Amino acid sequence: MEGGGPEAEIVISSRVRAARNIKDYPFSCLASAQETVAVLEKVRDITAGKDKFTDFIYLPMQDISALEKQALVEKHLISPFLANDSSNGALLMRADEAVGIMINEEDHLRIQSILPGLRLEEAWRDIGYYDDLIESKLDYVFDEHYGYLTACPTNVGTGLRASVMLHLPALIMTGQINRFLGALSRVGLTVRGLYGEGTEIIGNLAQVSNQVTLGHTEEEIIGNLGSVMCQVIEQEQNARQVLLDKKRAELADKAWRALGVLKYAQLLGSQEAIQLISDLRLGYDLGLVREVNHRLLNELLVLIRPGCLQLLAGRELEHDERKLERPFQIKQALERFQEQNN
Amino acid sequence: MMLCQECRTNEANIHIIKSVDGKQTEEFLCEQCARQKEELDFSFEPQFSLHKLFTSMLDQGVLGSRETMLSAKTQCPACGLSFAQFSQIGRLGCGECFTAFEKSLKPILRRIHASSLHTGKMPVRARHRVKYLRELDQLKEQLRIKVQNEEFEEAARLRDRIQAMKSDLQNDEMHENKMQLGEPKELTEEDDPEKGDQD
Repeated sequence: MEGGGPEAEIVISSRVRAARNIKDYPFSCLASAQETVAVLEKVRDITAGKDKFTDFIYLPMQDISALEKQALVEKHLISPFLANDSSNGALLMRADEAVGIMINEEDHLRIQSILPGLRLEEAWRDIGYYDDLIESKLDYVFDEHYGYLTACPTNVGTGLRASVMLHLPALIMTGQINRFLGALSRVGLTVRGLYGEGTEIIGNLAQVSNQVTLGHTEEEIIGNLGSVMCQVIEQEQNARQVLLDKKRAELADKAWRALGVLKYAQLLGSQEAIQLISDLRLGYDLGLVREVNHRLLNELLVLIRPGCLQLLAGRELEHDERKLERPFQIKQALERFQEQNN
Repeated sequence: MMLCQECRTNEANIHIIKSVDGKQTEEFLCEQCARQKEELDFSFEPQFSLHKLFTSMLDQGVLGSRETMLSAKTQCPACGLSFAQFSQIGRLGCGECFTAFEKSLKPILRRIHASSLHTGKMPVRARHRVKYLRELDQLKEQLRIKVQNEEFEEAARLRDRIQAMKSDLQNDEMHENKMQLGEPKELTEEDDPEKGDQD
């Protein structure tokens, strides 16, 4: 994913997905292998070689390596469920990686768009476009009262989950984060860590998403999340200003040290790396460091993950080998960036 | 208490057994060290916390316990999933499950969501039908009120309108089905779906 986008100094990415099921087939959890194959073929029939899908890549889960799957999960392009537990699961991904259609996930189709910065409306428009295309060719399971029917009752209705990845170092450093987390749950939003349900907040990164999918329109769900995000952005910005006024030297020191360690460390664990990237990002956003940009920082955030790292190295690596490989790959990315910008 | 092999301070509450090329290794770690070693990174994320939340809601008796007992035996005629199985796995088996378990599902949906009525996007083909059905629901409600207030003349008028709408809808659907099958056929009086429907 490229860097930048609106509000990029706080919002790393926006992601929206719609869950859909095809009429006359049991949902994935009860489907036989033949039925999952039939679902796959139905979707292939209306997409393979078709005009609007020429720039899509088809990736059946059984044909790609465990490492490739892990890297796709780390880039949020597929779910861990699709990677590990789906029967005849596949990803249909637009070449720019911004749009993906997961087939035979928990629901037959999960149409997803992921964009850098705060761009929820745009992501929903992307999904709507492909949703309409698919719907014009096959019937979805739809109920006049409950809307789009899904395997899990928590997705029924719009089938829509909109989420935003936020970088909130100042709210966390100033201890205001808990107040903010409590307030979010009262407006129907949930907060999770970098890698979804049950993961903790590391590297000051939090994912906020809608809880409710039934009873509001898609525009209301996205509008609600967007407007709450604007308030969070404002609060984070205020907290950053306070920090900058009081602790400018400390923040600059932290950011430059982070850059130094990223450049010269010989061994790096992934959590440490995520924290360093966060420190550097804050320094860049506050104008204290100019040696990086959002695009590079986003790239680093992905390449340090175990799957992506091993894929870049071209082989499987044990934990200790990854600690050695990580700073090597970071250094290469930093050097490439310097070359491009000189 | 067994101590974590890594930090030797916290309690080891995670037991990892790895089998690589037939060679087995095991480790006893605390959660923190397991996370640091990235053992928890990819494969160990708890995936079903939402579902746990909602199965616990079932246990807490959001539904009356007697009703839960009865509905547990209900089975979806299309996919065969029972309500008891559903409350264990937290996943429905097919679109028909929503009708089969409607009585028990509705309070759950209300609890999770803002309401139990979808107001968002609709597939193009469903739009016309949904609009019609919702209008029908409103008329039925009006009819109920008229009957309650003993305004029978008005009630009879509403009843006739509801009957007419219902048969229109049925005719539309049959027409559509035939169009899909490619066998256009004349509609006959016998096709009237509302025979015997007294409401």
